Amino acid sequence: MSFEGLIIIMVSAAIVNNLVLIQFLGICPFLGVSKDMKSATGMGLAVLFVMFFATLVTWPIQMFLLEPNGLGYLQTIVFVLIIAALVQFIEIVLKRYIPALHVSLGVYLPLMTTNCALFAVTLMNVQKGYSLIESVVNSVGAGLGFLLAMTLFSAIRKHIENSDPPECFKGAPLTLIAAAILSISFFGFSGVIENLFG
Amino acid sequence: MDTIFIAIFSVTSIGIACAVLLCIASKVMYVKVDERVAAIQGCLPGSNCGACGYPGCNGYAEALITDLEVKTNLCTPGGSMVVEELSKIMGVEGGIISKKLAVIHCLGDCEVQQMKMDYTGIKTCYAATEVFGGQGACTYGCLGYGDCKIACPSDAICIENNLAKINSNCTGCGLCVKACPNKIITIEENFNAPVVMCQNHEKGGAVRKKCSKGCIACTKCVRECPVTAITMEDSLAVIDPEKCNNCGHCIEICMTKCIKAVV
Repeated sequence: MSFEGLIIIMVSAAIVNNLVLIQFLGICPFLGVSKDMKSATGMGLAVLFVMFFATLVTWPIQMFLLEPNGLGYLQTIVFVLIIAALVQFIEIVLKRYIPALHVSLGVYLPLMTTNCALFAVTLMNVQKGYSLIESVVNSVGAGLGFLLAMTLFSAIRKHIENSDPPECFKGAPLTLIAAAILSISFFGFSGVIENLFG
Repeated sequence: MDTIFIAIFSVTSIGIACAVLLCIASKVMYVKVDERVAAIQGCLPGSNCGACGYPGCNGYAEALITDLEVKTNLCTPGGSMVVEELSKIMGVEGGIISKKLAVIHCLGDCEVQQMKMDYTGIKTCYAATEVFGGQGACTYGCLGYGDCKIACPSDAICIENNLAKINSNCTGCGLCVKACPNKIITIEENFNAPVVMCQNHEKGGAVRKKCSKGCIACTKCVRECPVTAITMEDSLAVIDPEKCNNCGHCIEICMTKCIKAVV
């Protein structure tokens, strides 16, 4: 795979097919942890971090363990198991060797065990038939996209909090409307890849 | 039939392999945590108010263990109970904890204060101060949008008639002091002196036009105080708690009734 191909995968995963805003995956952290910029960025970085390692682990398991034995259809349940164990393992390693990172990312790691965005990326890597390098690039791109969506939305929510909307829009309704508008704006990127590189 | 057994077997074995790996990892990479940290966390209030000066109860617990210079009486919300328990865990003398309360130095609710405009902007004190000092005529007093109420971790502030009031839940953590854009909240200790409930530094006549409960700098309290504990600084009465004998005379004679006892 050429360098250009990797760039296309990265941009496509991060912006054009943004996990949260286009594919509507990982909506719960997107709405739940986006109240302030600091926790939103923390959550985004934690997803990026775990996504990278999850791809490194699940791709070989799919290619060398499940497929040769005709167990490809078990990928869903096996990936859930592997990712849950991996997150625990990462937490133990961070606690032992990089305590500073554990303090800043530690609270978000348990949320990662059943994160659907993370899970979807590992499954998509297999479905699209990516090689290991392509998979990793795709995951990092998707993680960056998640981080971007979280940071953007937390900044928007800060402005929403300072506004004075009609009573019926206060709280959740306005948050959901804002999320929808942000999502629509990202639909504007569709077709960018075909026209730029195609 | 075979397929299902193969599926069950492989998923189970992957699960067991993960479990074994995690077990080994947690044994090999075990981090020894001082058991006193957990004990200290257990007896701290856990509201993470920051009154001790450390980032949350967790931060204070770790600081206590790592730095022996750190005192055990820094947790004001917890009171003497927590100090005793912490000292027991750390094996040191406790020291006395003084009771603290936040005091809002303003009596200008919407009934006594004149309004200079109808403010319809962003409903926070901080935003209101940016627009000609808020809608009240007095630019020194309480704005009444409750920035302090939002900052308060123990639900001790309520807004009545556009004026923030402190209730008995107050632990003296001091988060409201930082939140107030007009800096009218102070933390009072020991309560052995009355407080002046006004922060307006303007001349008497100007204050009178704006608010009927402000300090008009008439100097009556300065002249009548038996121990000369009150001075007039920049058109505002200031009570020196060192000299004050808490006789309460100034509370009675104040022309605008803006001197009050803390409790």
